[in-house]
Amino acid sequence: MKSLEELKAIRERTRGQMNLRKEDGPDNTRIVVGMATCGIAAGAKPVLSAAVDQVGRRKLDHVVVTQTGCIGMCMYEPIVEIYVPGQEKVTYVKMTPERMEKIVAEHIVNGQIVGEYTIGANE
Amino acid sequence: MTDLSLYVLDIVQNSIAAGAARIDISLLREGRRLVFRVDDDGRGMSAEMCAKALDPFTTTRSTRRVGLGLPFLKLAAEQTGGTLELKSELGKGTSLSAEFDAEHIDMPPFGDFAGTVFALIQGSPDIRFVIKRQNDNREYTLDTDELLEQLGGEVPLNEPEVLAWISDFVNEQELRVVSYEL
Repeated sequence: MKSLEELKAIRERTRGQMNLRKEDGPDNTRIVVGMATCGIAAGAKPVLSAAVDQVGRRKLDHVVVTQTGCIGMCMYEPIVEIYVPGQEKVTYVKMTPERMEKIVAEHIVNGQIVGEYTIGANE
Repeated sequence: MTDLSLYVLDIVQNSIAAGAARIDISLLREGRRLVFRVDDDGRGMSAEMCAKALDPFTTTRSTRRVGLGLPFLKLAAEQTGGTLELKSELGKGTSLSAEFDAEHIDMPPFGDFAGTVFALIQGSPDIRFVIKRQNDNREYTLDTDELLEQLGGEVPLNEPEVLAWISDFVNEQELRVVSYEL
C-alpha cells in the first residue's frame, strides 16, 4: 500500500533539484497538450501521461509538460505542441501515447522533428 | 466520452477555468445510485448564465461557438435515468451534482480514475483538490494539502515522481473500494 511516508522519501531524494524546472523558464522546452472536451474525448489523457512519464524517466529537467484548452482544430485532436527555445513551434496531431514516446525521443532528445505526425503532413 | 473518469476530467476543467483555489470532487456509490459531485470556489456564474450553461450553444471560450462538456455529462446521466443539477453564485463558486443509475445498461464504465486525478493535479498543481471516493462502506480521500505537507513545500505536486505516487495510490485505493472480497 502506498503511504504518505513515501512522499517524504521523494522529498529527500529530489530536494535541491527543484529549482531546475520552472514553468516559464526561457531555456525550457515545453510540451503542451490540448485538454479541452475535444482533446479529452479524443484520447489526450493517456498522451499526457506518456509525456510526463517520458520526461520523468529520461530525467529531462529542462522540459516542462503543460496543458491547454481548445486549440480550435478539434478534428485533429489529441494535439500536442512542442516549443523548443529559439525554434518555431511544432504542432503534432492525432496523438497517441506511442507517438508521444517517439516525439520525446526523436524531437526533444535528438532534435529531429517527426514529420509524419505534424499537422502539415496530415492536412 | 467513453467513460466516467473522462467526464470527471472534462467537467473539472470548468472549475479550473473559473479560477478556483479549491475543488472538491466526490464520487459516491450507494447501491445502484452513483453521485458525482464537484464543488469549487471559482468565480461562479450569474443565474442567467447558469441557466444557459447546459445548452450546447453556450460557451465562454472564443475559439468555437459550442460548449459540450456539461451537455455531454447531462446526457450521460439522463440516459441512465439520472439527473444533473447545477448551482452557482457569482463570486462564490459553483456546485454540480450528477446522479447515475450505476446498474443501468447505458451507465458508462468507470474508466481510469487514477489517470484523471493525475491529469488534474499535473495541470493545476497550485489548486487544492480534495477527492473523495466511496463505494457502499468503503472509501478513501486524497487531499493535495496533505501531500504538500509531506513534501514540505520543497517538491511541487507536478514533479513526475510525485505524480507517479498519486497515480499508484489512486489505483490501489480503487482496487480496494471496488473489490467485493473481504
